[in-house]
Amino acid sequence: MEKKWEEMSSDEKQEELFNRWLSPKDPEGNDLKFQNPKAEKTYKERITRIKDAAQLKKAPDRVPVCPLPNMFPTFYYGITPQEAMYDYDKCSAAWKKFVLDFEPDAHMGCAGPGPGKFFEILDYKLYSWPGHGVAPEHSYQCNEGEYMTADGYDALIDDPSNFFSNVYLPRVFGKLEGFRMLPALTGILEMYGVAFNFIPFGLPPVQEAYKALFDAGAEALKWAGSVGGFDGEMAISGFPALLGGFTKVPFDTIGDTLRGTRGIMLDMYRQPDKLIEAMEALTPLMIKMGVGAAQMNGKPVIFIPLHKGADGFLSDEQFKKFYWPYFRKVLIGLIEEGCVPFPVAEGGYNSRLEVIKDLPKGKTIWMFDTTDMARAKKTIGTVACITGNMPTDLLALGTPQQVKDYAKKLIDTAGKGGGYIMTNGAFFDKVKPENVKAMVDFTKKYGVYK
Amino acid sequence: MAGDLVSTLADLKEKEALGIVQDRLSAGDDPLSILDDARRALEIVGKRFADSEYFIPDLVYSGEILKGITDMVKPKLAKAAEVKRLGKVVMGTVAGDIHDIGKDIVVFMLDVSGYEVYDLGVDVPAQKFVEKIKESGAPIVGLSGFLALAFDSMKETVEAIKAAGLRDKVKVMIGGGQMSEEIRKYTGADAYGKDAMAGVTLAQKWVGAK
Repeated sequence: MEKKWEEMSSDEKQEELFNRWLSPKDPEGNDLKFQNPKAEKTYKERITRIKDAAQLKKAPDRVPVCPLPNMFPTFYYGITPQEAMYDYDKCSAAWKKFVLDFEPDAHMGCAGPGPGKFFEILDYKLYSWPGHGVAPEHSYQCNEGEYMTADGYDALIDDPSNFFSNVYLPRVFGKLEGFRMLPALTGILEMYGVAFNFIPFGLPPVQEAYKALFDAGAEALKWAGSVGGFDGEMAISGFPALLGGFTKVPFDTIGDTLRGTRGIMLDMYRQPDKLIEAMEALTPLMIKMGVGAAQMNGKPVIFIPLHKGADGFLSDEQFKKFYWPYFRKVLIGLIEEGCVPFPVAEGGYNSRLEVIKDLPKGKTIWMFDTTDMARAKKTIGTVACITGNMPTDLLALGTPQQVKDYAKKLIDTAGKGGGYIMTNGAFFDKVKPENVKAMVDFTKKYGVYK
Repeated sequence: MAGDLVSTLADLKEKEALGIVQDRLSAGDDPLSILDDARRALEIVGKRFADSEYFIPDLVYSGEILKGITDMVKPKLAKAAEVKRLGKVVMGTVAGDIHDIGKDIVVFMLDVSGYEVYDLGVDVPAQKFVEKIKESGAPIVGLSGFLALAFDSMKETVEAIKAAGLRDKVKVMIGGGQMSEEIRKYTGADAYGKDAMAGVTLAQKWVGAK
C-alpha cells in the first residue's frame, strides 16, 4: 500500500514530487497524452537529467542545459515586451518559438511578462512596465519605496494577513484604496456584533475595490488560460517546465517590496529586534508559499530570487545575523516537504559560499551570476547542484566561439562529476540568438559524461 | 563636555552623534566646524567602505545620520558653506533603467572624496547628460546601469556627447550590474569601474591628469 504524504520522509517526499513531475497530468487530471512516444521519452530523460544533477547521487547522462531568459523570447520572436504583456497569445507564441528552437532541458514558462491589462485595472504602483513608465521595448522594473513605514512592524508581526490586506495592498494597488476600511475577519464571531463587521462592505470605496478585483480576476484568468496552456503544450512536445512555484527569503520580502533597501538597512541599526521578529513571523508563510505551489503544480523545484544578501550588500556579520538564519529556515522547511529550493543569487555570492554550504546534501539547486564557480564547486557544490554563470555581456556581445570556450571552462570545473546545470548567470533580454544556441548545442555535445 | 563627533559618527553611533551636535550647538560652537567634523567622519566611512570594513547598509546609515546633523545645523548657518572641491562629476543612471543603489553609492563615494557631483537621478535621457555637461563644465561623466538594456543607452549617451562636440572635453566612466570591459568597448566610454572605489580612483586619475 502506498504511504500517506504525512508518513513519508523528506527523501521520499522529494522522490514523490519528482515522480509527479515525471508523470504530468492534463487539466482534467488524466495522464498527459504526449505527441508521440519520442516526446514522452525525451520529456522523462530531461527531468531525470535535472534530477540526477540535483540529487548528487550520480552524474547525469550529460550536463543539463537550460537557458533561462527574461524578455529575450520577445526580441527573438520580433515583438516588444509591451506586446508580450498585452497580447497573451503572442506572448506564448514567442516563448514557444524560444523553446522549440533552442530545445532546453527545462523552461521557466511564459508567465514572466505578466498581464499588462491586469496591472492597469488595479493601478499597480510597485512596478513600471513597458508602455507604462518604461519604454515599450524594455522590461518591467520595480519602483522601490517604503510601502511599509518604519513604524509598521507591529502591525505586520501581529497579523500579517491583515497587514497585507488593509495596509500593503492599498499602497501598491491604487484601486484597492478602499481596503483600508476592511474589518478584521477574526472579529466575526457571535450573533451579537456580527453585522457591525459587515458595514464596510456596504461603503462605496470598498465596493469599488471589489469591482476592480472582479475585473482583475477575470483578466488574470484569461491570462492564465494562455500561459497555463503553454506549459501543457510544451510538455506534450517533450519539454518540461522547471518551476513548481516561487517564494522569497524573509529579509528580501521585507527589503524588496515592504521597507525597501534603504528602509531595511536603517532598520538593521534602529530597530533590529523588530526586523528579526517580523522575519520570524514571515518565515512560515514563505515556506507555505513554496510548499503549496509545489503540491498544486506537482513539481519540486521552487524558485527563490536572492537580492539583498549578495556580496557587498551586507557584511559577513549582518548576513549571518539577519539574512541566513531565516533563509536557511525557509530552505529546510521546503526540503522537509520534498521541495528542491532553487535560490538564484544575482550579483556575487563569493563571501557567502562557506556559510550557505550548511545544508543537507542533494536537496537544492543554486544559480550563480558572477560568483567564482570553481570556488562554488568546492564549497556549496559539495552539498548542492550549482548552475549558471554564463555572463550576459558575453551572450550579448561575444562570439559563439567565445561562448563555447566559456561553456567548456564551466563544464570542466563546475560540471566535474555531475551536479551542474548549464545556464546563464542573469536572466537575459536582448542577446545574440547564435550565442544562446552555441551555449545549448555545445553543452549537449561536450557535456556528455562518460 | 562634548565627545568626539568625528569618531562617533564614523562608528555610526546615531544617538550619541546627534547628542554631541546638540551640545556643541547649545555651547555656541561654530556650525561650520561641526559640518567639517561630519565631513571628516564621512571620509572615514568612505575609507572603511573601500577597505571592505563597511558595507552598503553602513553607507546608507551614515548618510542618514549626516542628514539629521545637517538638519540641526542648517538653521544656525549664515550662508551655505563654501567647500573646496577637487572637480566636477556628472552622474546618472542611463535612459530606460531606474536602478539607483549602485549609482547612489558612487555619488556618495565621490562626494566624500571631495568631488562636486551633479546627480541626474535615474532613467536619464542622453540629452540631459549633454545639457548638464555644458552647463556645469564638468570634465567627468559617470554612466550607471543595472540592466542589459543599459548597454545601448550608454552607447547612445556617449554618441550624444560626441554629437554635441563635447567628447574630447570629458572622460566617461561606466559601471553597474552586468557591465564589463567588453561593454565599455561597445559603449565607447573611456573606462569601466568594477565598484564604487574604482570610480573614485578613475576620477582622481582624470582630475590629476588635467
